[in-house]
Amino acid sequence: MSVVHETVEAGKLLLAGNEAVALAAAHAGVRMATGYPGTPSTEVLQTLAEYGDRRIALGWAPNEKVALEVGAGAAYAGARALVTMKHVGLNVAADPLVTSAYTGVRGGFVVVTADDPGMHSSQNEQDSRHYARLAGLPMLEPSDSQEAYALAREAFALSERFETPVLLRMTTRVCHCKSLVEPAPPEELERRYGFQRDIPRFVMVPGNARKRRVVLEERLARLRDYCEQTGLNRVHGDGAAAAFGVVAAGVASQYVRETAPGVPVLTLATVWPLPLARIAEFQRQVGDLLVVEELGDFLLTEIRAAGIPARGKAAPFRLGELNPDRVRAILEGTPEEPPPVPADLPPPRPPVLCPGCGHRSVFSVLKKLDLIVMGDIGCYSLGALPPLSTLDTCLCMGAGVGLALGIERVADEQEARRVVGVIGDSTFFHSGMTGVLDAVYNGSRGTLLVLDNRTTAMTGGQDHPGTGRRLDGTAAPQADVAAVCRGLGVRDVRVIDPYDRAGLERALREATAGDRYSVIVCRRPCLLAERPREVRRFVIDAEACRDCGACLRTGCPALEPADGFVRISEALCRGCGLCAEMCRFGAVREVQCP
Amino acid sequence: MPVSEATNVLIVGVGGQGVLKAGQVLADALVACGHDVKQSEVHGMAQRGGSVVSEVRWGARVFSPLAPWGAADFIVVLDDVEGRRAAPRLRPGRGRLVSLPAGPESGLADRRCRNMAALGLLARYLSVPVEVWHDAIRRALPPVTHESNVAAFEAGRRHDPDGADHAASVG
Repeated sequence: MSVVHETVEAGKLLLAGNEAVALAAAHAGVRMATGYPGTPSTEVLQTLAEYGDRRIALGWAPNEKVALEVGAGAAYAGARALVTMKHVGLNVAADPLVTSAYTGVRGGFVVVTADDPGMHSSQNEQDSRHYARLAGLPMLEPSDSQEAYALAREAFALSERFETPVLLRMTTRVCHCKSLVEPAPPEELERRYGFQRDIPRFVMVPGNARKRRVVLEERLARLRDYCEQTGLNRVHGDGAAAAFGVVAAGVASQYVRETAPGVPVLTLATVWPLPLARIAEFQRQVGDLLVVEELGDFLLTEIRAAGIPARGKAAPFRLGELNPDRVRAILEGTPEEPPPVPADLPPPRPPVLCPGCGHRSVFSVLKKLDLIVMGDIGCYSLGALPPLSTLDTCLCMGAGVGLALGIERVADEQEARRVVGVIGDSTFFHSGMTGVLDAVYNGSRGTLLVLDNRTTAMTGGQDHPGTGRRLDGTAAPQADVAAVCRGLGVRDVRVIDPYDRAGLERALREATAGDRYSVIVCRRPCLLAERPREVRRFVIDAEACRDCGACLRTGCPALEPADGFVRISEALCRGCGLCAEMCRFGAVREVQCP
Repeated sequence: MPVSEATNVLIVGVGGQGVLKAGQVLADALVACGHDVKQSEVHGMAQRGGSVVSEVRWGARVFSPLAPWGAADFIVVLDDVEGRRAAPRLRPGRGRLVSLPAGPESGLADRRCRNMAALGLLARYLSVPVEVWHDAIRRALPPVTHESNVAAFEAGRRHDPDGADHAASVG
């Protein structure tokens, strides 16, 4: 459903934070929006695509670094530009980000970074606020969708006023929770876009950069004044009767306001630079100052460093995301977690590969050959979970390629031949290609599997350079993993259907035994992205089934243990036939579709 | 410290059952009634068949998007295991599990509309006008499915879990 889906109450929209940011960008006259999919940031660009303003140049970038550079270029040319990514994506984009603080921008440039406290769908829970301090960039942080809308609008204005990129920090609960938004009138910008030469400003060679370093410090001083004055940092509640006051930011301030309505809360929208004079004044009013923030003590450390007396939360609450119960414990000064979840609940339901997923097929072969598998970020990370348990690492985007090369370089011959890299197609284009170049350049004899399912599946099926479609739905040239690898100098490139497990096993045996770098592209579209025209049908003969459990060890959700045998769920089965190959008793039989 | 004034509903199930769509319809209907509403859901790896929970909170003013533990007024159950997992979050003494019986006795023509049928059952306890519900369903779903989903909602609304004529009403 589209963000412009109006509710009955005039003028107010029920929007997720990501949708609110998209709407704000459109209303701020954004002309360029790009990014790389990553939970919880993905819906910002998808919503902008649904919004359908053809004046906005939209596109998924191959990775966050490219996205940030494209956005900065548009902003250099005077356009308002938006770039979105998840927190770990900001690491990829950090190089252009930090130096773009030196050059500054002409058009408003807003970089959305979506942190994932609690790691709902991430490999770490890093706190992006540190990037604002590191780079000397202003950072705004909303606490709900209304603020997401208002702060995104403000971020564009702020960026132009101070000629600086602005970071908009979101977190999972702000990105994905819906609340009411009252939009403001859209801006109509009458501008011509183009680049005006200014070599001392935009060419960051040392002589110029030293001068821009001074500009950056002067700008930060002016930004501090802005943050002290702005009405975006607000006190909620009356401090007269309260025993203490709270400084909070982001969704944490909503938890505090709900849990302790009588306690005055200074909610910070500008988390960098901090309005330290304002905080000091608030502390003098309330006396006892408690800082409530998600993750580490970023605010608390700065506030104390400024000589403002303040206390924070107990150590356990620095890990994971906050919620009303944990915030209650923090407000009450309890060092322990709130009452734990009862012990007799059903076991957690871990995420699994879909029935019929080509990845399961690949992992069944890798498991059979007992290989050491350097994994990557994507659905195939699930290959690490039992019963497959056939993925040995998951570090970051692209690491499946590099980790395998590193082990190969130091391990003995026999061990080195057991190491393979596994990476998806979107991840390959994101940052796997450069690893392959290293493999060729430095003479690797290793093997890489590219699981090419023609989509960015884990984040919900976004397009990428290999899908032949763009974010706005238009057709695009289709990058071919095999051709790219050949172009990078890989001599042994094979393309195989992962359902052909015998062929894959043969290819893997040859590749791992060979003396040159090999890439095996396992090509089969994601079942969620493309429904196959024909699906094979299998049933298990209860008489022939010995209930040995071999089929169940594939981890396929379509297999249901019954009384003394295993049943195939007709509703879930997608006909990959893996269970039939696993069965030594011929109990799994293919039947003709009616 | 005071207990939250908001009314809290959890809709629980697994990926593919329409948990999020049901949450969207409920939240939309409540907004149409003039409430402040917050809705929370988990995305991402939930798509790969994990547990899915949509929390909908409403009242004169709602701050937190998440309900505190033990504050759920209703838990709409689309999957029994998930229902058991969520049950301890019910408000002690007052909270209520809302679940349709499985199988044909629920009177559902189309299993895919089970989420709307469960909302129909929830509707018995909420003072949201029936036309507001129907409008919210139509806004959330593609036109070709309107008839079957509204029918499922009505089947759920007619289903009487206790055999009582009148359910207590909140919200």
